[in-house]
This record gives sequence, C-alpha cells and structure tokens, in this order.
Amino acid sequence: MKALIPALLFFVISGFLFVGLYKDPTLVSSPLVGKSIPSFTAATLFSPDKQITQADLIGEIALVNVWATWCPACKHEHPDLVALAMKTDIPIYGLNYKETDKAEARAWLRQEGNPYVLSIADDDGRIAIDFGVYGAPETFLIDAQGVIQHKRVGVMNDKIWQRDFLPIIQRLRREAL
Amino acid sequence: MTRIAMWLLLLSIASAHAQIVSVAPEYQQRYNNLLHELRCLVCQNQTLADSGSGLADDLRLEVKRMLEEGNSDQQIFAFMSDRYGDFVLYKPPLKPRTWLLWFGPFVLLLAGLIGIRRVVQANNKSADSTQLSDAEMKKINDVIQDRDD
Repeated sequence: MKALIPALLFFVISGFLFVGLYKDPTLVSSPLVGKSIPSFTAATLFSPDKQITQADLIGEIALVNVWATWCPACKHEHPDLVALAMKTDIPIYGLNYKETDKAEARAWLRQEGNPYVLSIADDDGRIAIDFGVYGAPETFLIDAQGVIQHKRVGVMNDKIWQRDFLPIIQRLRREAL
Repeated sequence: MTRIAMWLLLLSIASAHAQIVSVAPEYQQRYNNLLHELRCLVCQNQTLADSGSGLADDLRLEVKRMLEEGNSDQQIFAFMSDRYGDFVLYKPPLKPRTWLLWFGPFVLLLAGLIGIRRVVQANNKSADSTQLSDAEMKKINDVIQDRDD
C-alpha cells in the first residue's frame, strides 16, 4: 500500500503535465463570451464620412473579424474568409484594427475580394480594446441580440468553421425557433 | 563624436522598448504600481510596464486616461479583467476556480510535514528497540568467538 504512494504521486503530476502539453498559453478564454458587443461609434473603411454604431451589427447571427493590412496572419486567412462569405449567408463584419494604410486596405479588398459587409475603422485601436482583442486576426460570433457567443483567436478556416462555429450557430437557430 | 553615437544608440534601444507615457506627478506612483501588476497579452511573461508591443502602448494610455479621470485602482483592474480575463492580473483574485492555485502550495507543504513526521516516528520506533533478537545475539557471539580463536 505504502509503495503505491510515490507511483500515485507520479501519475497525478504526469497527468497535470500531460494536459499542460496540449494547452496553448496564447489562447486566453475571453470574459466577453456571454456579453453584448461593446458600444462604439466609428466610420467605415469605405465611407469615412458615415458613422456607424454597434446597433448596425445587431439583428442577426453575424461574425466580426479583426484584421489589418499590417497583419500577415490576416492576409493568410483572407482567402478562407472570402470563401466562407460566399458559402454562408451569415454576414461578416470587419474590424479594421489600427490600419496603417487605408488606401492599401481598400486596394487589398478590391483586389483579393471583400468578404465584409462593412469594415469598422478602428484607427486608434480603442474599439478593439473594448472587444478584448490581443492578437489579430480574431473572429467573434455574435447572436441576433448582439451577444458574443464565441471568440476565435488566430486564423479562421473551413475546418475551424465546421468544428467551432457551425455547432453554435445550429444551436442558436434551434433555440430561435 | 563617439559620445553622440553612443547616445543615439542608447536612444534607439530605448525606443525599441516601452514607449514612455508621461503622467502627472501626482499619479506617477500609482501608475507605476498598476503597470507592474498587469500582464501584457502579446508578450505574456512581461508586465505592461516592460512590454514594447503596440497593444501595451495603448493599454498604458488607457491606464493613464483612467487615472486622470479619477478611477480607483480596483476600477482599473476591473476594466482590464472585464476585457482580457483574470489572466491579465499578476495577482489572481481568490475564487473557487483559483483555490488550487492559492492553497495548493500550502496543501503540499502540509502533506510534506505529515510525511516527515511519519518517517521520523518510524525511525524512532526502530531505534527504541535496544533488545537484540536471538539471531543477532548469535551473530555477535560468532564474531567474538572468531576473534578469540
């Protein structure tokens, strides 16, 4: 019996370390899941004179994707977003985070395809702070009431869409019936 | 000439680090303390005071703004943890989820002390038995006999 104690300790410690191996420390669970999207007033990338607010994003299930031209990973995920926008009827809103070159951002979307209904111009990054953004690209799933249901930090692709987003969307749609 | 070059070098090193935010002297002390208690989420093992990332620059400005608007330290910590979770706080709050974190080391210490006590008691018990068994007696006698021979 006594001889089992070190073995037991070994397995408990190994268990903790083993779980730790597969945890990504850069994925911080967001306290914003379950809360409404933050309020803001801002221009959009293509209409600098028009002001929009959070109310313009609320009404149906939607995605909010944080991106910028200075962000290489955002450029990498872009084709996947364009493909996603074509195959789904869920609107994707862009949050153009601390864009360094708006002309380039507009040119980029014209050239590579624009998956966004609109892109919020978050010039000083203040809106992103309220969204708890710490590593672009990030993608938020919001429900019809504007409550954040899921947050993805890192690139979006079809695999992640199928695995993480679709089940939640299906659940939300079932609940809405 | 070398001096100027040296200063330029120092300046360029400084600019690669945290961008300096000037705060009114009456807030300086609290500002410094707050920055050392908040984690930068981009470079996770740095505090907001040390990090040179763009987000850390922005968050330092937020801390400054909130201080100047008269917010308490608690309100500033709450602002950060509402957005980024308890992870940003270098001193995690005491709640059921963090009990293991807070009390785990003391539980291990207690377990260690109990373990040591047991070992010591066991040793004492065996040391107490001064009586030799028959087999031990016979062995000693044999040794003595051998020497005498």
